[in-house]
Amino acid sequence: MRITVASGKGGTGKTTVAVALALSLARTMPSGTVLLVDADVEAPNAHLFLHPVWERREEFTQPIPEVDRERCTGCGRCAEVCSDHAIAVFSSAGQGQRPIVLVFPELCRGCGSCQRACPEGAIREVPRRTGVIEEGRAGPIRFARGVLDVGQAMARPLIRRLKDRARGHEGVVILDAPPGTACPVVHAMHGADYVLLVTEPTPFGEHDLRLAAGVARELGIPAGVLINRDGIGDGRVEAFCEENGLPILMRIPFDRGIAAAYAEGVALPIAFPEYRERFVALYEAIRKAGDG
Amino acid sequence: MGNDAGSPSRKSAAQVRPKEIVVLSGKGGTGKTTVLAGLAHLAAQELSLVLADADVDAANLELVVGAEVQRREEFRGGQVAVVDAEGCTTCGRCAEVCRFGAILAGKPYGVDRVLCEGCRVCFYECPAGAVRMEESLDGHWYVSRSRYGWLVHGDLRAGRENSGKLVALVKKEARRLAQEEHARLLLVDGPPGIGCPAIASLSGADLALMVTEPTVAGVHDLERIVGLARHFRVPMALCLNKADLSATWRWEVERFCAREEIALAGSIPFDRQVVEAMLQGRPVTACGNGPAAQAIFRLWEALRAMVEV
Repeated sequence: MRITVASGKGGTGKTTVAVALALSLARTMPSGTVLLVDADVEAPNAHLFLHPVWERREEFTQPIPEVDRERCTGCGRCAEVCSDHAIAVFSSAGQGQRPIVLVFPELCRGCGSCQRACPEGAIREVPRRTGVIEEGRAGPIRFARGVLDVGQAMARPLIRRLKDRARGHEGVVILDAPPGTACPVVHAMHGADYVLLVTEPTPFGEHDLRLAAGVARELGIPAGVLINRDGIGDGRVEAFCEENGLPILMRIPFDRGIAAAYAEGVALPIAFPEYRERFVALYEAIRKAGDG
Repeated sequence: MGNDAGSPSRKSAAQVRPKEIVVLSGKGGTGKTTVLAGLAHLAAQELSLVLADADVDAANLELVVGAEVQRREEFRGGQVAVVDAEGCTTCGRCAEVCRFGAILAGKPYGVDRVLCEGCRVCFYECPAGAVRMEESLDGHWYVSRSRYGWLVHGDLRAGRENSGKLVALVKKEARRLAQEEHARLLLVDGPPGIGCPAIASLSGADLALMVTEPTVAGVHDLERIVGLARHFRVPMALCLNKADLSATWRWEVERFCAREEIALAGSIPFDRQVVEAMLQGRPVTACGNGPAAQAIFRLWEALRAMVEV
């Protein structure tokens, strides 16, 4: 079972829910069955609530071109095929001088087109670090996360690798997605059996839920909604869910105590053990909907 | 800053570059849009400004500042590969060269439009010339009249890439408008995160206002977004939202500011009026004079002194 926890708007409680679901479920299953994947690689926070013990750490690299200046004739074919404008060629640098090729690593997505296109075989690919992938355990929960290096632009390749890692896992995979509705989110949802959309009952929450639900629908993945901070706003989220046949699976009330526990980094079912059963029930509801 | 150092008495409005403040946070949901809408409302009472919503995949600013669309443009940021059924010999070369797992084997081969990055490697490598590239409509961008000045915003079609490109476009258009209209201030509502769209919204700003909350996660992500602004050498100020949520983490934020030499320009307490105002579709500063509204007023005073508008 693969569940992606998503939301259009940031800060609605994705991490709170993903962590709570993992902790509650792990108590009812053999150790190691639950894998929590923090795929919010730009702002990964789940570890702050689970304090995992890291077992593996691996640098994540993307291939970028390196040009052999001795062999380069300055034909410019590499720049022509690059759809990212990540490579530029100045063939007439001066009389008798070698052409100058500039590579802009931040723009390169590592597709390999330039290397294939070079008629002189003057381009080889070298790895360039853009982040790390870390794996470990938090008690019975297996935990994995990706962390994008500060200054790096491309989150998606890292999310993709993280997902590849989780693919072999036999048990339950709970994936904490980044906010938004752009491609990193699509990658976080792609391949999931169910998308749990966490929102809050406000105009911003509803607006962004609409977008996130649209992504899940476009991908053909069943989805349901968890309303967090229930009671702060109005009924527009319910109305939207009703109109679009989205089930509301759970509500967490707006509560100073819950907010305070979150602030201190205490997971919801640890601060409020009565939530354990509610999250197990949430999982059962998801499992039924995901299978049916 | 400092490009108007010449003779202040003679400079005309046209020659003064508008000051640009971008609101960012790293972590989502800390209150960027709430703070920015309040600032826009206060600023508009005294000077001309232009707004830009750079959170193009979850744009919310228009919900509280209003937007009457005046101009709507298509955004075509990327391409997707399409395999021509007639020409495909099912040799599998495309699948071999694609690094994004976007080729679906079959008769003929196909392309997973979600996974395709539009890199064109299959287009170049197909021996039968059966792959063509199709431009994709990735979204729209708009110029609208808001209650506080022009608003440039965009909406990325769900699931599309190139949000960074659309952010850059929105910013470019907002800057052009601000120049043209002799606006003195450009306020940019940034996206969460530290990746491509955050970088695009940060570039060239006079000041990045980091909105954070006193929580373990807020501080964790603050450190990352501050690192990013340092990397691009953009001056910073900080605003603590929901400031009374945790004394411990409030203290951590203050300590962090002192260590990093970042001005704590504002501190907004939790206030029910923030959601009330959102429900009414207005900035909190336009809905009474509660603690949050007052705090945003003080924040505005501090910021305008920092960027000199």
